[in-house]
Amino acid sequence: MPDNILVLAEQREGKLNRVSWETLTAGQSLAAEVGWMLEAAVVGSGVTNLASEIAGKKVAKVFAIESPKLEPYTPDAFVTALKQFLSSHPAKLVLMPHTYQVRDFVPKLATTMGRTAITDCVGYSKNGDKLLFTRQMFQGKLAADVSFACDAPWFVTFQNGAFRGDKVEAGSSTAPVETVTVDIPDSVIRTKPQAVFKEAKQAVDLTQAEIIVAIGRGIKEQKNIEIAKQLAEALGGEIAASRPICDSGWLPMDRQIGSSGQTVAPKLYLALGISGAIQHIVGMKGARTIVAINKDSEAPIFEIADYAVVGNLFDIVPPLIEEIKKAKAGG
Amino acid sequence: MTKILVCMKQVPQKDAPLKLNEAGTWIREDVSYEVNEPDAFALEEALRQKEKHSGEVVVITAGPTRAQQVLREALAKGADRAIHLEDNAFVGLDAYNTARAFGAAIKDEKFDLIFTGLQSDDYGYAQTGVILAELLGWPHATIIMQIEKSDSGIRVKRELEAGYFQFVDMPLPAVLTIQSGINKLRYATLIGIKQAKNKPLRKVTLAEVQSAVGDNLQKIERLYIPQKTKNTEFLEGPPAEVAKKLVEKLRNEIRVL
Repeated sequence: MPDNILVLAEQREGKLNRVSWETLTAGQSLAAEVGWMLEAAVVGSGVTNLASEIAGKKVAKVFAIESPKLEPYTPDAFVTALKQFLSSHPAKLVLMPHTYQVRDFVPKLATTMGRTAITDCVGYSKNGDKLLFTRQMFQGKLAADVSFACDAPWFVTFQNGAFRGDKVEAGSSTAPVETVTVDIPDSVIRTKPQAVFKEAKQAVDLTQAEIIVAIGRGIKEQKNIEIAKQLAEALGGEIAASRPICDSGWLPMDRQIGSSGQTVAPKLYLALGISGAIQHIVGMKGARTIVAINKDSEAPIFEIADYAVVGNLFDIVPPLIEEIKKAKAGG
Repeated sequence: MTKILVCMKQVPQKDAPLKLNEAGTWIREDVSYEVNEPDAFALEEALRQKEKHSGEVVVITAGPTRAQQVLREALAKGADRAIHLEDNAFVGLDAYNTARAFGAAIKDEKFDLIFTGLQSDDYGYAQTGVILAELLGWPHATIIMQIEKSDSGIRVKRELEAGYFQFVDMPLPAVLTIQSGINKLRYATLIGIKQAKNKPLRKVTLAEVQSAVGDNLQKIERLYIPQKTKNTEFLEGPPAEVAKKLVEKLRNEIRVL
């Protein structure tokens, strides 16, 4: 039997998460490059129809890993299910999206199998026969090529947006779907999750904004937010922020952009004093144009900026507001 | 009474310029360091739990002599004692072996809770806490925004994606990874800094935990400055000139004016 790659798709409330398609794209491109067989699986309760949805894509086989104990999600049940599945259906490489749920169970799964997970990868490469996975380090300032130094299964998670979900290839025929029922004793599940909820009604929907002026730690003090607000107003855009600003209570939580906040894709994203930690970037890298103003020339935000200004935002923003006003007045 | 262990890490300062070593496998060590930010929130949460329920807060770190600074700061803020796995070799361990080393260093202790920050700002694995839980045979919960005692253990509030949350009930002992922003950080007081000098700090050598530590299961083959995927245009000059240039772009290229 050839080596194989297993893509674990993630679902919530009977719907496949968008990032699952990205991981499948990653799996298809890897499989094509190394010549391994590509399989996929969905874990949950009543997920056979979701497995069928994946079976329309270019995969050799799709598994529905089933148990009523898998809903709602607990790390104990998921790890038990996947360990059982992988012992009867060995995989050389297991690919997953780097979601909060995967982060919650994958280190436990790898450890219980005496293996390791290379997490939050943004790509892969081959060096001879060796597979290398690229991950960001030091908050995106550096990148590392990481290899496995242990036996398979090798667990890898890919960052949101690392691959294009819309590039997933359709299959020439529908792949077979197999339901694998796993046995999860009640006693293994130690945590009791309650219903998922949203804190408060989100007052602001930044996903619809065409122009966003976002601030980060570089704004230094709460009172300085005023000039960012003036800039947003001059541009006719919305004000937003990276996590630390909202944590400090300087702007409400519903103005937060990033993995724990909103994901936006405006025409213009103007980042003021934002260093560009990964958690922020995943929420805004889809913007059509990114303008970054930061005093640190090595800030990772400049890696993805279309226009960059290295300098003190407090020097640049006031004349910028004036120039915008002039331009709008027909100057 | 709650006995809490907080795993902490010293990482390069946020805006410290990083240089690669000659082999291109790690950074040059001559940078400024600070406490990993999520770990500071984990410590603060442990101190708050102790103030509410009484008990003990112990802090642990692994790293060279410089890493002791993180423990000293934690003791000054109110932690009761500290454990330092002191060796430069700890810097290069993967998450699995770091967790193994921590496990070995605390094998004679009995904690109710272990906190870690949700991830480190250097490696960014987000794994050590969950691995430690598995090695100890304890349940875990990640990305925690609130912790309350309950009849059967604790009720924690997990942060999920896109603004969603979830309460989870779980028994003790347990490992929790703490999200930044769960609380407001305190500053060390002068008296706290003074008292810290007399608090116990146990040093653990690499030899003492060597039997628990094996070869890394994953290896950094190469560390490098990421290749730019975008053609970034840098606008330069005095502020007034930069402002003019940027407005020109906003109008003619980005077309939002």
